[in-house]
Amino acid sequence: MSRSRDLLLAIALGTALAVPSLAGERPIGRVPTPEEIARWDIDVRPDGQGLPPGRGTASEGEEIYLARCASCHGEFGEAVGRWPQLVGGQNSLTWDEPIKTVTSYWPYATTVFDYIKRAMPFGDAQSLSDDEIYAITAFLLASDGIISQDFEVNAETLPKIVMPNAQGFIDDPRPDVPAGEPCMTNCVAEVRITGHARAIGVTPDEKSRPATD
Amino acid sequence: MKEAKGEPRGRAALDRRTLLAAGGAAGAALAGRVAGASEATIPEELPDWSRYLGPGVDDEPYGKPSKYEAHVIRRNVEWLTASTESSINFTPLPWLNGIITPNGVFFERHHGGRAEIDPAQHRLLIHGLVEKPLVFTMEDIKRLPCEDRIYFLECAANGGMEWRGAQLNGCQFVRGMIGCAQWTGVRLKTLLDRTGLKPNAKWVLAEGADASALTRSFPIEKALDDAFIAYGQNGEALRPGQGYPLRLILPGWEANMSVKWLRRIEVGDAPWYTRWETSKYTDLLPSGKAYKFTWVQEANSVITWPAPEIKIDGPGEYMIRGLAWSGRGRIVRVDLTFDGGKNWVTAPLQEPILPKALTRFYYPWRWDGSSTILASRAIDETGYVQPTIVQLRNARGRNSIYHNNAIITWLVNSTGEVENVQVA
Repeated sequence: MSRSRDLLLAIALGTALAVPSLAGERPIGRVPTPEEIARWDIDVRPDGQGLPPGRGTASEGEEIYLARCASCHGEFGEAVGRWPQLVGGQNSLTWDEPIKTVTSYWPYATTVFDYIKRAMPFGDAQSLSDDEIYAITAFLLASDGIISQDFEVNAETLPKIVMPNAQGFIDDPRPDVPAGEPCMTNCVAEVRITGHARAIGVTPDEKSRPATD
Repeated sequence: MKEAKGEPRGRAALDRRTLLAAGGAAGAALAGRVAGASEATIPEELPDWSRYLGPGVDDEPYGKPSKYEAHVIRRNVEWLTASTESSINFTPLPWLNGIITPNGVFFERHHGGRAEIDPAQHRLLIHGLVEKPLVFTMEDIKRLPCEDRIYFLECAANGGMEWRGAQLNGCQFVRGMIGCAQWTGVRLKTLLDRTGLKPNAKWVLAEGADASALTRSFPIEKALDDAFIAYGQNGEALRPGQGYPLRLILPGWEANMSVKWLRRIEVGDAPWYTRWETSKYTDLLPSGKAYKFTWVQEANSVITWPAPEIKIDGPGEYMIRGLAWSGRGRIVRVDLTFDGGKNWVTAPLQEPILPKALTRFYYPWRWDGSSTILASRAIDETGYVQPTIVQLRNARGRNSIYHNNAIITWLVNSTGEVENVQVA
């Protein structure tokens, strides 16, 4: 009787089902050592939390960039084919065709270090040293004059670099479209077709393709 | 991406392209139907399958669909991305039934290719602002209290190619960055109850174990609400393309945040502003400012039959089929128009109607063979009404890329061909 009541109680409490562990019982999960956590804990925040020791300048970064990055991103960060353009596009965010790059769009310089460290070069992730990543980051930022060629980027200086678009983001205000009971009858006087997908001709299995740049 | 302009080209060329657009096998099947194979006559000859034995039970240890369904496959839009390893494919919505997406055709979006992970070597680490960091094996996680939950996952860029005008002529391509599955796993809260949280725990970072080590930040409130860690998908283990052996699910939110191949959860006191929440997955406005942290997938719907991939084979009775969903909860209503939005009728919803899951609607329709402009409009339990593309452009311009949940319109012409169009 009391056992079934305990069971019902446990069901009612959901995850509170966990009972006190007994001696010799197999635990669920174990406490990792600080060294284990450090192997995976590579993330970096805008306030600099997570940045490792090391340093680099744009001058040092140029050679590394040309060897490890330029085959996709271009010698000047201008991009090869469809790969991402990294620099340029200053003041283009209001254009009809904005150019969103590291230097024109990214709000924090720390994100550059974090992303290169975890995911670049594409197909050979986490193969760059921290000094190399600081240097490549410096090279990209200096390409558009955000820092000078000999500015040393390190854990102290990187979080203090102010990116041109640092103030470019606002919190999600959605819903941002008209609210209220939708119209059911005589909602529009005349329906005009403004676009035909067939006229564009870019659907897979159709012959034509848009320009890839 | 180009803007929609000009008129359709010559009719004969279009007919041929429509068949080709449906893919090889589909094209053949359609051609067969057009030739009159749909007539309900009983053939004089007994077919082979009624006379000779089929394969035995050991022929196919893991089953596949009929060879006649070979056109029901994920498709890629090659020109969208630089490489298939950092790209997306599309769920073949026009040919699917119900609300559950079969695992084999559930859309995939990878940033470093599809990781193949040995579950015996996989670990989930939880650390940061917790009382006690813990590392779990897959076996550990499967010993914890588990739940089955049906949720959709939708890429934030679903419909993203249609901001500047109708561009892709296929239901699969304009709304196919979505799938819905019954996921089996553990609430993230169950794990965080075991690690405990420090008083200043405000944000959570999730990281994948693939070659992109993708990271996203989300508020602790979501982590303690319905955030879910899944190892099962529609009765079997997650597919590698869905994050095998373990993925995060943040119900109702853009699917990029439902980190696949989940290996690490870090608790912090501020967001990380990773590449995937700054450079990407932010919504640029005409002012040059951009929305950030646009997590919710707002109410949306699409008519999956008829669709540009499937020509209507003559006037008569048909069933309009469609899907609706909302990241804010349940769908409460779907309206249909047959005249491009002048007048609307309400379509009945099919049970089950679950929050943050796909919902089906069916509507019997007699097509009279005249040109018809079809569209669906979803309304969710918060009262949010799926907007028109004009309303969405008025709010965000044309360069947002993400979160285009505008009403999708199909033009059915008098020959039964269906085209993706935009109306004003």
